[in-house]
Amino acid sequence: MFGYAGKILYVDLNRNKTKVTVIKNGFCEKYVGGNGFAIRLLYDNTKPKIEPFDRENTLIFAVGPFAGTMVPTSGKHMVQAKSPLTGFMGESVSSGMWGQALKRAGYDAVVIRGKAEKPTYLFIDDDNIHFRDAKNLWGQDSIQTSDMIVEEIGDENVCVAAIGPAGEHLVRFANITNDRYRQAGRTGMGAVMGSKNLKAVAVRGTKKIEVHNLDKLMEVCHDLNEQFQGPGGEFYRKWGTPGMVLIMNHMASLPTRNYQQATFELAENISGEHIVEHYIAKAISCAGCPIACDHISVIEGGPHTGTVTSVEFETLYALGSECGIGYFPAIAKATDLCDRLGMDTISTGVTIGWAMECYERDILTNEDTDGTELTFGNHEALIEVINKIAHREGIGNLLAEGVKKASEKVGKGSKHFAMHNKGLELPGYDLRGLKASALGFMTSTRGGCHLRSQMYDFDVKGKIDRFKAEKSLGKMVMDREDLLAVVDSLMLCKFIRGVFYTFDKFAELYRLVTGIEMTADKLQKAGERIYNLEKAYNIREGWTKKDDYPPPRIMKDPIPDGVAKGSVVTRQEFEIMLNAYFEARGWSKEGTPQKQKLAELGLEDIAEDVGV
Amino acid sequence: MMKHKCIVSDPEKCNGCRICELVCSGVKEGGFNPLVSRIRTVRIEPLINTSIACRLCEDPKCVKSCPRKALRIDENTGVITVDEDRCDGCCWCIEACEFGTIFLHPEKRKVFVCDLCGMDPKCIEFCPKDALVLMTPEEIGQKMRKRATIKSLAEQT
Repeated sequence: MFGYAGKILYVDLNRNKTKVTVIKNGFCEKYVGGNGFAIRLLYDNTKPKIEPFDRENTLIFAVGPFAGTMVPTSGKHMVQAKSPLTGFMGESVSSGMWGQALKRAGYDAVVIRGKAEKPTYLFIDDDNIHFRDAKNLWGQDSIQTSDMIVEEIGDENVCVAAIGPAGEHLVRFANITNDRYRQAGRTGMGAVMGSKNLKAVAVRGTKKIEVHNLDKLMEVCHDLNEQFQGPGGEFYRKWGTPGMVLIMNHMASLPTRNYQQATFELAENISGEHIVEHYIAKAISCAGCPIACDHISVIEGGPHTGTVTSVEFETLYALGSECGIGYFPAIAKATDLCDRLGMDTISTGVTIGWAMECYERDILTNEDTDGTELTFGNHEALIEVINKIAHREGIGNLLAEGVKKASEKVGKGSKHFAMHNKGLELPGYDLRGLKASALGFMTSTRGGCHLRSQMYDFDVKGKIDRFKAEKSLGKMVMDREDLLAVVDSLMLCKFIRGVFYTFDKFAELYRLVTGIEMTADKLQKAGERIYNLEKAYNIREGWTKKDDYPPPRIMKDPIPDGVAKGSVVTRQEFEIMLNAYFEARGWSKEGTPQKQKLAELGLEDIAEDVGV
Repeated sequence: MMKHKCIVSDPEKCNGCRICELVCSGVKEGGFNPLVSRIRTVRIEPLINTSIACRLCEDPKCVKSCPRKALRIDENTGVITVDEDRCDGCCWCIEACEFGTIFLHPEKRKVFVCDLCGMDPKCIEFCPKDALVLMTPEEIGQKMRKRATIKSLAEQT
C-alpha cells in the first residue's frame, strides 16, 4: 500500500490488550483518511447514547494518506470521540510532528477503548505497544509530561500527545497537546482521555513511507512550496492568524465583552501588527509546512516576563476582546496557562466572558466567585479563574462544565447570552453581521465552529453581501462542508487555501501518493458521505433541528456599534437559510438524511439508525 | 586549496519544518523517513531551529576513528565516502563526530553521511525558506560580515 500505512491499531484499556486490523483499498477510497476514518470508526465502535465519560466511549486518533510525505502541511492528525461538551460527535484537529510519527509507526488510526485501572500512558513503539505507569506524570502539565516521557524513553524522536490537569479533572473543554506546542483544542477530547485514566500517547515511528510516484510528487510539491512563498501564503507568513484582529474590528465583527459589542476600543493593542512589532521572536512550522504561520511571542518586562507562547487570532478574541482585555502580556500568559493546563482557549475565554457578564449583572456574586471581581477587563481575575477551572476549584467547578451547562445551571436569564452552538463555544466572528458564517457555524456537526465550512472566506472577504440571508447560501455552505470534510480527511491545513484548495488538485496528489485512481468527483462524494455520516451520528445521539439555531443574543440583540450596527440574524432569516441548506443536502425539512441520499452515498447500513 | 563547500543552515531563516529531511530521504532512499536523512533538523522548543549535515572537516575524526578504514575523504569534494563492504556498523565514527552528522542505517546496519548530491544538494533546492546554502568558510564569513554590518548600522540609526 502506498501513502496509507494500511493498519488500524485497537487498544483496550480495560484489559491492556491490543489488536491490529488491516485496511482495505475500498475503505480508503470511501472514507479517505483522518476525519472520514475517525467518524466511521466512532460510529461503528460506540453504542448509541453512551455517556461521554463512560468507559465505552471510544477515543480515536487518525492521520491521512499524505501524513509523513512531502505534501505540504500534511503533518496533521484528527481526534474524535463522543464529546462531553456537546453530547454529539466530538472532533478536533492538531498539527505538529505527532501525526507523521504515527504513520511511520505503521498506523492510519488508533482506536482506544475502555478505561485504565490507574493512570497510564501508551507507548506505541512501531509494532510494540506498551502500557506504562503514569503515576509520576499525573498532575503534571502537558509540556512537562511530554518532556518527562521523552526523557524516560531517552529518544527525542518520540512524539507525545498529552493531557494536562484539566483533562484529569474532566474539564469538559480539556484539550490534548502534542509535541509540546500544538493542540487538538476543541470539543473536550482531553477530558475523554482523562476519563480513561490515559495521560498520554507517545509514539516512535521508524518506518519509511512509500508513495506511488515519488519523482512526480516531489516535482509537484516543490512547485507548491514555492507558491506558498508568494501572495498565496503571505498573510499567514507575515502575521499568522493575529492579522485578523483589526480586519474583524473594522468590520464590527470582533466579539467584545461577550458579544455586547462588536468593536473593541483596545483592538490595536492585541492586533497582529502590534504583536509582530513588539513581541514576536520567530515564526515556526509544523512538520512539512512551507508557510510557518505559528508566531511565537516572548514577553519581556512586567509581571509576565519570561512567558513564551504562540498566540492565535481565536485566542486574542477569546481571552482578549471577549473578556474586554487589551493587555497583550496577560493574554499571552493566559494562553500559556491554558496550553499547559490543557484547555481549549476559545471555550475557556467564552465561558469566562459569559461569567463576567453574569457578574456585572449580579447573576453571579462575590459569594460565587470567592470574592474575585470578575469584571470585564480584569486580566488578573482571568488568570486566577483559568487556574480554578483546570482544578475545578470554587467558581471553576461551574465554569469547567462549559457555557451551555453552566448557564443551564445558573439560569436567571443567562442562557440568553451563553454564546455557543450545540454546547461548543463560538469562535471570534460576530455572526450578526456575517450571515453566511452564521449558517455555516450553526450547521457544523461539532457545534459552533468556523472551520467546518470557513464561510468567513466569503463574507469577511466581501465575496458576497455579508448582511443578506439568502437561500443560495444553503448550497454554498454544503459545498464548502464537503470540501473541508475532504481537507480534514486528507489532513491538510486550512491555511493552504491561497495556493491549492480544489478537488482536482487534491485528487492529483492523492493519485501520486496512493496510486489509487481517485477523481475529483469521487472525492467530492467522499466529502458528502463523511458529512452525512457525522450528521447521522448526531441524529443517533438525539440531535433535532432546534440544535442548529444560533444563541438568542445573535437572533435578538442587534450589534450596537460600528459599521455593522443594527445587524442581527432573525429567526425567520435563519430559517430561510437553514431550510435551503437541508434542501440542498437532500435531507428532510427536519434535517434528516433520506434513504435515497444514504443509498447514493453507500451508507445504506445506517438508514435504520436515523429512522428512515 | 580552498576549503570545501558544505551545507550551512541559517537558524534565523530555518522554521523547523523538516522538509529537508523528507526531501533527503525521498531522494536517497526512495521513501520518506527522517531517520534515513543525511541532514537533520534540530528543534529546541520553543524558538531554536536549524538543520545540520556533514561539516566536511579538514581532518575528520569519523575517518580517523574507523577501525576498518571504511571511511575516506574524496579529494575533489571533501565528501566522506563509506565503503559498505568494510563498514560493520560499529558506530565509532558516530561517537567521534562532534556534530552528530554521520548515521547508522536502521535496515542496512552500515553508516551513511551527506554526499552533497554531487554538489547539487536537493535539500537546498527544496528548502522553502532559503535557509540552506552550499558555501565555503570564506563565503560564510562574507555573509556574516555583511549581516553584522547591516545589523549594526540599523541599530545606530
